[in-house]
Amino acid sequence: MADATAQIAATGTERLTTADGRPLKTALARAQARARRRAFLLVLPLLLFIVVTFIVPIGQMLHRSIHNDGFAANMPQLTQWFAETEPGTEPDETAYAALAADLKAAAEAKTIGVVGTRVNYEMAGTRSLFTSTGRKARKFEPPYRAAILEADEKWANPDLWGTMRQVSRAYSPNFFLAAVDLARDNEGNIVRAPAERRVYVMLFERTFVIAGLITFLCLLLGYPVAHLLATLPLRTSNLLMILVLLPFWTSLLVRTTSWIVLLQGQGVVNNTLVATGLISDSSRIQMIYNQAGTIIAMTHILLPFMILPLYSVMRPIPPSYVRAARSLGASSWTAFRRVYLPQTLPGIGAGALLVFILGVGYYITPALVGGASGQLISNLIAFHMQDSLNWSLAAALAAVLLGAVLILYWLYDRLVGIDNLKLG
Amino acid sequence: MVASTQDDGFVVFEHVQKSYDGETLVVKDLNLTIGQGEFLTMLGPSGSGKTTCLMMLAGFETATHGEIRLDGRPINTVPPHKRGIGMVFQNYALFPHMTVGENLSFPLEVRGMSRSDRERKIKRALDMVQMGAFANRRPAQLSGGQQQRIALARALVFDPQLVLMDEPLGALDKQLREHMQFEIKHLHESLGITVVYVTHDQGEALTMSDRIAVFNDGRIQQLAPPSELYERPKNSFVASFIGENNRLPGTVEEIADGRALVRLETGELIDATPVNVARKGQQTLVSIRPERVEFKPEMLPPNAHLIDAEVLEFIYMGDIFRTRLRVAGSEDFVIKSRNTLGQRVMQPGEKVRIGWAPQDARALDPL
Repeated sequence: MADATAQIAATGTERLTTADGRPLKTALARAQARARRRAFLLVLPLLLFIVVTFIVPIGQMLHRSIHNDGFAANMPQLTQWFAETEPGTEPDETAYAALAADLKAAAEAKTIGVVGTRVNYEMAGTRSLFTSTGRKARKFEPPYRAAILEADEKWANPDLWGTMRQVSRAYSPNFFLAAVDLARDNEGNIVRAPAERRVYVMLFERTFVIAGLITFLCLLLGYPVAHLLATLPLRTSNLLMILVLLPFWTSLLVRTTSWIVLLQGQGVVNNTLVATGLISDSSRIQMIYNQAGTIIAMTHILLPFMILPLYSVMRPIPPSYVRAARSLGASSWTAFRRVYLPQTLPGIGAGALLVFILGVGYYITPALVGGASGQLISNLIAFHMQDSLNWSLAAALAAVLLGAVLILYWLYDRLVGIDNLKLG
Repeated sequence: MVASTQDDGFVVFEHVQKSYDGETLVVKDLNLTIGQGEFLTMLGPSGSGKTTCLMMLAGFETATHGEIRLDGRPINTVPPHKRGIGMVFQNYALFPHMTVGENLSFPLEVRGMSRSDRERKIKRALDMVQMGAFANRRPAQLSGGQQQRIALARALVFDPQLVLMDEPLGALDKQLREHMQFEIKHLHESLGITVVYVTHDQGEALTMSDRIAVFNDGRIQQLAPPSELYERPKNSFVASFIGENNRLPGTVEEIADGRALVRLETGELIDATPVNVARKGQQTLVSIRPERVEFKPEMLPPNAHLIDAEVLEFIYMGDIFRTRLRVAGSEDFVIKSRNTLGQRVMQPGEKVRIGWAPQDARALDPL
């Protein structure tokens, strides 16, 4: 970069130029451009990877949570009628004609199931109505209202028409409403979902409470371990660190199933308790397939994520701080509370945030050891992805979870400061 | 090595031993009495046990055997925070998450002092080290010298009778270190506190101390005021650790009336003051300070010992000249001479005659 050798002008007010007369700023930018380009090219593969595997899927998921055209795309004429009429309009002959035409077309294109499923999300038991009427749609003759009602008189139900009007809009907030146990009635007012369908708010609460409890347990268990690791001679602490990291090298499934072996009714812990006479054979403790199982197994699995940031913060704290506090007259508890603990706060924050966020989204462990009471929101998301195939609701639930975590992150930044985070 | 046997010592170490691993003793039978208001320095190379002694006194290490008394009270089982000893650490150990004022407030708060008392004491302590304007700064915003002053103020703010300092000036540059030496010394004098100071810097020890305990190998080699330590070292370790010295190996030929005749390896017979040699035929190291050797015989007393020497190297150091000579077979015999008017610049290879007074040649044990 020979052109960067600036010739400093004799007078301070004059613009600085290089030896061959170009402005210094241009020359500098030119000289650095190549280095910057090279640096960018080096990170480009990772950037592309993240865009393709992370940002795009998350964007798609967020889009899906408010967009579902299963009805609108396959029932174009009826969708058109809904768009042209006011909400609450009685379905007239035109509407039934549009319905008949759409049902016929959808039945031929074999998309009637998609339509039925979409309506079924909002109003249970309607999928079969669509498929069965669809089979007869080929034979419908005007007047269509009579023909359709003859095929199945459930079509006269105003609730059904209200629901169809709602789902005829491809973009709708209904999935988010459903994700927080709300629904819309036929007039479009937001009301609480029927009591038997209110599960999500309770599950969100349970997820955050359990994740918080696991974070607290990890801190309680991890803090002394991290302190021990940080104060031992490096050779010993490295050996112990391998033990902390060992779980990382073992499959998650293996670790989770080994908890089943330990905790189940006929498991190691219960058998030991019975054998030593601490409990009787009939009163074996239920420690798995419930919340306790979820908490125990997840605390174990997430513990390293608490220990590592704590360790990295504690290691460089010299023992002289606590000694100084002691020599200044502080008891060991005061010295810990006023001098040592504040200096480890960045590690506590990082570890807690890490464990909490991981815990909130944990899926496989609660699925395996959680039973009914230990299921978390992620298990419901998986259920809607894999079994009910209501991907939009799954996406809405996931988006609510994402939003909650982002809010927590923001709160953390406001209260503790993200600069105080130290992950390792 | 019992130096002083006054029973009313402010700090008393009595037969103190310390071992970390149960196999070797880091401190071997330490007996030391420190008087009230004294500035005592523990000087020694690293691993000599001096810091361990300080840590035992502060309460961070427990003595394996023996008793430590503070103001007549045994403190072996007293936890550090109840000893009321101020301490200045090598890396200052200022709490990074507190301001200077909060750092100074800490020892007062844990003593349950009222807010107004605290503020008064903090102000007094900060003014004492000329840092009154810095109460709201964080330690990280201060220079090394300023942090040092704050650490000092924090150790003094709760009016301890005894202050321990563990190489407090080690991280400062030379000029600042020398300046701080005087400040600490003046604080000691004006407050009348007892100071136990640990260092490996002999210059620091000589400048500041009332008495110096020279540590080596877990023992006090000599406990004496600076001038005595320098001029009358008790053994070869002390002689070589404190200041420079020329060492001439030889054998005691005759010993009587506080004088010893030593036959050097090259055959010369010299006069020396016996220190820890006792009998004829014993191997000895004759120690002579480089500044006590003279080129000009007329500057020496009549009983001075004169010897032939050859100049090997001449180093011009500004205020002094440093001449390395071959004397009685030894090739690193050094003479320091002041750069005075008429002092001659010597050439390597020059043959000269040098001399010293017999009382400056001290016959010590062979190292």
